[in-house]
Amino acid sequence: MATTAPRTAGTRTPSAPPPGIRPDRTRLPRAFYWMVLPAVVLFLVFHTIPVLQGVFFSFTDSPGYGEWSFVGVDNYVALFTDPRVIAAYGFTFRFAFLATILVNAFALAVAIGLNARIKFKNTLRGIYFIPNVLSVLVIGYVFQYLFSGAVPTIATALGIDRLSTSILADPQLAWVGILILAVWQATAFNIIIYLAGLQTVPVELYEASSLDGASSWRQFRSITFPMIAGFFTINMVLALKTFLQVFDHIIALTNGGPGTSTESVGVLIYRGGFQGGEYGYQLANAVVFMIVIIAFAAFQLRVLQRREVSA
Amino acid sequence: MSTTPVSGANTMAAPPRPARGSDPDGPDLPGRPGGRDRPRRSPSEGHRINWWLTALLVALSLTIFVPLYFTVVTALKTQDQLGGTGFAFPTEFAWGNFAEAWRLTDFSRTALNSTLITVGAVALTLLTNSMVAYAIARNMHRRLFKGLFFYFISALFIPFPILMLPVAKQTALLGLDNQVGLILLYVVYGLSFNIFIFTAYINSIPRELEEAAIVDGASTWTVFWRIIFPLLSPMNATVGILTCLWVWNDFLLPLIIVSDPRGATLPLVQYVFQAQFTTNYTVAFASYLMAMAPLLIVYVIAQRWVISGVTRGAIK
Repeated sequence: MATTAPRTAGTRTPSAPPPGIRPDRTRLPRAFYWMVLPAVVLFLVFHTIPVLQGVFFSFTDSPGYGEWSFVGVDNYVALFTDPRVIAAYGFTFRFAFLATILVNAFALAVAIGLNARIKFKNTLRGIYFIPNVLSVLVIGYVFQYLFSGAVPTIATALGIDRLSTSILADPQLAWVGILILAVWQATAFNIIIYLAGLQTVPVELYEASSLDGASSWRQFRSITFPMIAGFFTINMVLALKTFLQVFDHIIALTNGGPGTSTESVGVLIYRGGFQGGEYGYQLANAVVFMIVIIAFAAFQLRVLQRREVSA
Repeated sequence: MSTTPVSGANTMAAPPRPARGSDPDGPDLPGRPGGRDRPRRSPSEGHRINWWLTALLVALSLTIFVPLYFTVVTALKTQDQLGGTGFAFPTEFAWGNFAEAWRLTDFSRTALNSTLITVGAVALTLLTNSMVAYAIARNMHRRLFKGLFFYFISALFIPFPILMLPVAKQTALLGLDNQVGLILLYVVYGLSFNIFIFTAYINSIPRELEEAAIVDGASTWTVFWRIIFPLLSPMNATVGILTCLWVWNDFLLPLIIVSDPRGATLPLVQYVFQAQFTTNYTVAFASYLMAMAPLLIVYVIAQRWVISGVTRGAIK
């Protein structure tokens, strides 16, 4: 697992002990142990043990209460033939990939704009961050009314038949609404990260390249992007990981519907596990999901880091 | 983002290189005098304002205001003013919507819940997570602490759904299916990510101060609280802001943890009353607006400070 900790963290520490007051004293002050002990215990109790419990019960037929017995890998076998589960994975990945790409593309474009010589720079930065201050669920309900009321009305007035009914009521289109909300809300945060990255690019590089007659596009490709590649990597990895766990957006907009056309893996686990008496079964689903997410994060880090300029 | 390490998009990361001075306005160096007149300008070279780009960004920012405007005008309408596109300005203000929403969602209690949980989680996070990070950062050469570092960090890649069902059962068993349990979970789940950025920052603090204090007979605790913690202020601001945004807006954790309706937070209560709202748009929107307003107002007041705090966290 340790391999997934990003190398870019800058947390490389000297492996030699610091020059102490008395070099021969290798005893560690006890206080350091007391500082970490409560955190380790709480983390074990509320994070590690529940994860292990989850793995354990994924091999049982537990409905979440009362009696249970071992069923071996039956849950896992059943998962791979369950159309609802397969559909949820399909939806989740399609959504997460598109959302990750769109959010990063928009955020990078807007950040470059906000970093240029424009008027009202600080005000605009402040405005673009607003969506991140709002609760996804609450603003999601607002979007739900927009999609089901305002958009169809406007589309009808303009004669666009395709949008004259609510996209959220259409199994083919409902996911687009979720995508729009997700991109609208998440771009804000990534803009700030990219802005921070752009500020680390030395100005001299741009000056030198303009003297050499480089075009703006060329500057972006050969200077800006390579210099902020680390930010790009981290943003892509974290955005994908976050979007794969999409939950609030769906609850607010479609509740998984129409039918189960916009059910994500997270929503399915919640529904089946808490309301459907499929505790053990959905835990198996969650274990598979965990493996998939870890694999993706590791793969992404590997691929994207190869592109980075070695610092 | 969320993410937060567990849910939401409140996560950020440290870049590979240190910042070259973090001027909040970016590389605003004045152009060289007598620059050439070139139609194209690189971001850092020009001396003139790029009005086209300004106009474009202002126009784009409308995408942010449209839903907010829609929320405000809908919340102020009477039922019979609904219809049309919904963007028309209200002809008469229905202030009663807010009173109705307040009563329906028990707003004073709910807002107090949200506030107490957020304040409690932020305060405890700052006091505890920085301390853990300090112990780990200063002992990275020891196998135990290095192991702990990776133990905490590796949790960043564990998706929340695997925890969701067991944690809900466990908190109920321990009698923590309430506000106190929520605060505790936020503090614990924040550890992974916060240790990540605190340790990076602590590593950049020279050790001479601590060594001098130890020579003067200060204990490890004294060193941390009197020297390190004050030095961590910039990072504390960053972590505090991110934790506040995450906790205040979080929906999933309250949904699965809080069992007593009286313990509901603002986002949770919107969900609970959804069934009653469907017939009553205007009251629903008054309620949404009241749920969004507190943090939005705080943000507008402290906007520059928030942005610079988040930016600093990203650069570290």
